[in-house]
Amino acid sequence: MTSTVIRGARLLGAEPTDIAFEDGVITAVGDGATGHDAIDGTGLVALPGLVDLHTHVREPGREDAETVLTGSMAAARGGFTCVHAMANTEPVADTAGVVEQVWRLGREGGYCDVQPVGAVTVGLQGAQLAELGAMADSAAGVRVFSDDGKCVSDAVLMRRALEYVKAFDGVIAQHAQEPRLTEGAQMNEGPLSGELGLVGWPAVAEEAIIARDVLLAEHVGSRLHVCHLSTRGSVEIIRWAKSRGIDVTAEVTPHHLLLSDDLVRSYDPIYKVNPPLRSNDDVEAVREGLADGTIDIVATDHAPHPMEDKECEWSAAAFGMLGLETALSVVQQTMVDTGRLTWAQVADKMSTKPASIGRVENQGRPLAVGEPANIVLVDPSAKRTIDPRDTASLSRNNPYSGLTLPGEVVATFLRGRPTVRDRALVEGSNA
Amino acid sequence: MIKNLLSAGDLDRADAIRILDTAEELLGVASRPIKKLPTLRGRTVVNLFFEDSTRTRISFEAAAKRLSADVINFSAKGSSVSKGESLKDTALTLQAMGADAVIIRHHSSGAPHRLAQAKWTKGAVINAGDGTHEHPTQALLDAFTMRRHLTGSVGGDLQGKNVTIVGDVLHSRVARSNALLLDTLGANVTLVAPPTLLPVGVDHWPVKTSYDLDSSLEKADAVMMLRVQAERMNASYFPSAREYSRRYGLDTTRLNRLPDHAIVMHPGPMNRGMEITADVADHVRSVIVEQVTNGVAVRMAVLYLLLGGAADESTTEDSSTKDRE
Repeated sequence: MTSTVIRGARLLGAEPTDIAFEDGVITAVGDGATGHDAIDGTGLVALPGLVDLHTHVREPGREDAETVLTGSMAAARGGFTCVHAMANTEPVADTAGVVEQVWRLGREGGYCDVQPVGAVTVGLQGAQLAELGAMADSAAGVRVFSDDGKCVSDAVLMRRALEYVKAFDGVIAQHAQEPRLTEGAQMNEGPLSGELGLVGWPAVAEEAIIARDVLLAEHVGSRLHVCHLSTRGSVEIIRWAKSRGIDVTAEVTPHHLLLSDDLVRSYDPIYKVNPPLRSNDDVEAVREGLADGTIDIVATDHAPHPMEDKECEWSAAAFGMLGLETALSVVQQTMVDTGRLTWAQVADKMSTKPASIGRVENQGRPLAVGEPANIVLVDPSAKRTIDPRDTASLSRNNPYSGLTLPGEVVATFLRGRPTVRDRALVEGSNA
Repeated sequence: MIKNLLSAGDLDRADAIRILDTAEELLGVASRPIKKLPTLRGRTVVNLFFEDSTRTRISFEAAAKRLSADVINFSAKGSSVSKGESLKDTALTLQAMGADAVIIRHHSSGAPHRLAQAKWTKGAVINAGDGTHEHPTQALLDAFTMRRHLTGSVGGDLQGKNVTIVGDVLHSRVARSNALLLDTLGANVTLVAPPTLLPVGVDHWPVKTSYDLDSSLEKADAVMMLRVQAERMNASYFPSAREYSRRYGLDTTRLNRLPDHAIVMHPGPMNRGMEITADVADHVRSVIVEQVTNGVAVRMAVLYLLLGGAADESTTEDSSTKDRE
C-alpha cells in the first residue's frame, strides 16, 4: 500500500496540519508530513473514524431492509469505521454461530468493522440467558450484550446478566422500557398523545427501568450501558448514578437530539420510533446531558425498514429510523454549531468512548503516530438537503427528508484504505 | 369550505354553523314521502369501513342516497383487506374506481389523515371515526341536536351553554371531537370521568374536568353519557362495572338533579345498566333516538357542502378548458 498524506486538515478541529499514513498506520502528524498520495484537507476537520454502538443491519433475516454490506456502506458514508450490529435479527444473534456469521460478513464487506452485539436472553424472550460466554469466546469476540428492541425487564435475569458478563469484561446494554407501562404504546405520552388518540409511551416507563438498573449495577458491581436515553428524568437518574460512582454509561440518538414529538401530529409513520420522539424539553435535556458528560456517547439506532412498513397508518407501521448517514450532521447542527461541543468532544462521544464501552481495541484511537489510520474527513461548511433516495442503505425511512443539515463526510479511511473519497463511496472497498 | 373533514378542529365557527344550518334545511327531506334530492346524482361515495359500525355506516349510506349519490360499501371483513391488503392499495383501488368521497372508519387513529395527506385518494375524505382519536360528524350531530333543544336559533351557536360529557374520555373519539367543536361554538364543556379514564394532558384541552358527576349536574344544559366498555375493568381502569355505574352512571336520582330544560344524550350504542339506566335512556328528556335522526341530516349537509362545492369547481374548470379550446 502506498503512503498517503492529508494536507492542511484541522485535527479534531484545531489548527490545520498534515497527517501521513502507510500500511494502515499513522506515520506522521504535523506540518511537512509526506506521502505519495496527497489529499487536500483545506477547510476539513479530521476526526478518528466514528464508532456506532447501536446499529441494526437486519442480516440475517430481513435482507430486504438492510444487509451487513449495505449497512456497512451507509456507515462508511456517515464517517463510521466500526458499527455494533444489534442482536434482534432472524434468527436472533444469541449463539456463537450467528455472531460469527455477522462478524465475517462485515469483514468480507470491508467498509467498516462490524462488531456483533449478542442477545442477553435466548431469542430475546427474556426468560433464559443466552450463551454469553460462547459469544464472547467466539471469533467475533462479543463484549456488548443487548436484547435491544425489548427490555430485559425481569429484575433477577438482569441482575444475573450484569454479574455474569463480568467474567469477560462484557457490558449489558439495556433497552429501558417497562413492558406493562408501554403495552400498545405508539408515541410519547403527553398532551399530544391525548389529543391524537394514540396510546402513550410514558417517560416513567424508561426512567423506572434505568433507576432499577443503576441500583442493580451498583449492588453487584457491574458495568451497565443504557441505550437511547430519551427523557429529562433519565438524564437526571444517570447524573445521580454517576455522582454515586456507579459504573454506568449512556447513549443518545441523533433523532432524540433534533426531533420532537410535535412531528407526530402529521400521523406520518416516518416519525415513529422506539423510544418515541419526546417533548422539546426532553430534547433540551438530552443536549444538556450530552454537553456536560452525563450522556457519554451518541449512537445512531439506525433502524432500516422497507417502504411498506412505513407507508401505512400509524399504528400498523414499524418503529425505527435510519441514522448512520446523517448522525454527524445532526450532531454538528445540534451540538457543535450551537457551541455546546468542540470537535474534539465529538470525537470523544462518537469514536473514543463508544469504542471503549464496546471494548473494541483498534477503533476510537487517537490520531497519533503508530495508531491505526481510521480517519474521517468532514467538511463542516457544507450544507446538504437530505434526500432519502441518496443513500447506501436499502431502506428509505429517513426522518430528515427535506431538511438542510450542515456538514458532509468527504473521506473515510479504514486502516488507511479509503471507503469514502471525494464525498462518494469507494466501490469495491473489500479489494 | 374545507375539502376534507378529518377533525372537528378543522371547522371554524362559520363552517360549523353553515353545516348545522344546512342540516336544518335538509332535515325536512326526511319527513317527506319521497326522501330524496338530486344534488349528488352521478357522484360516487365510498363507505370504507375497517371496523364494524353498522349505525354509522347506514347513517352515511342513508345520507348519501337521499342526495342521490351512488354508494359503494367497502367493509374490511370479507374484502381483500382481510387478506393483508394495505390501506394504500385499498385507497388506490377506490381512487381508480372514481370515488368522489371516501368516508372512512378505521381502528387506527390518524388513518383518515394518512389517506388525505399521502394523496392516495383525490376524493374528499370524511372521518367517520378513527381509533381513539375523533369522530367529527358525531360532534356535529350532537351540536345540531343541542342547538335545536337549547337555543332553537338557526344561524346561532351554543354560546354559554354548559355541556357535561361523562365516561371513558381516554378512549373516546366522540369526546375529543365534541370538546373541539363545542369550544368553537362557544359552549362550556366539563368532562367527568374517573382519573384513569382522562388522558394525560387533558388540562391542555379547552374544557374543565371533574372526577365527580354529582357536582357537575346542577348547571348542565346537556349531559352526554359515553359508552364504557365493561372490559376496561380488566385493564384496571376501574374496579368493577357496578362501582363504575354507582359513581359515574346516570340514573333517575341524578337525572332529577338536572335543570328542567336539560337534555340527556348518548352517541350509542348504549350499555343500559352500565353508564345509563334504562329509565333514563327512555326518559322524555332523553334525545338519544333523535340524535340518530339528526345524524342523517348532518351527514347529508357534510356531503352536500364538501362535494357540492367540489362539483361547482370542476364544472368551472371544464368550461374554462372548453373556452380555451
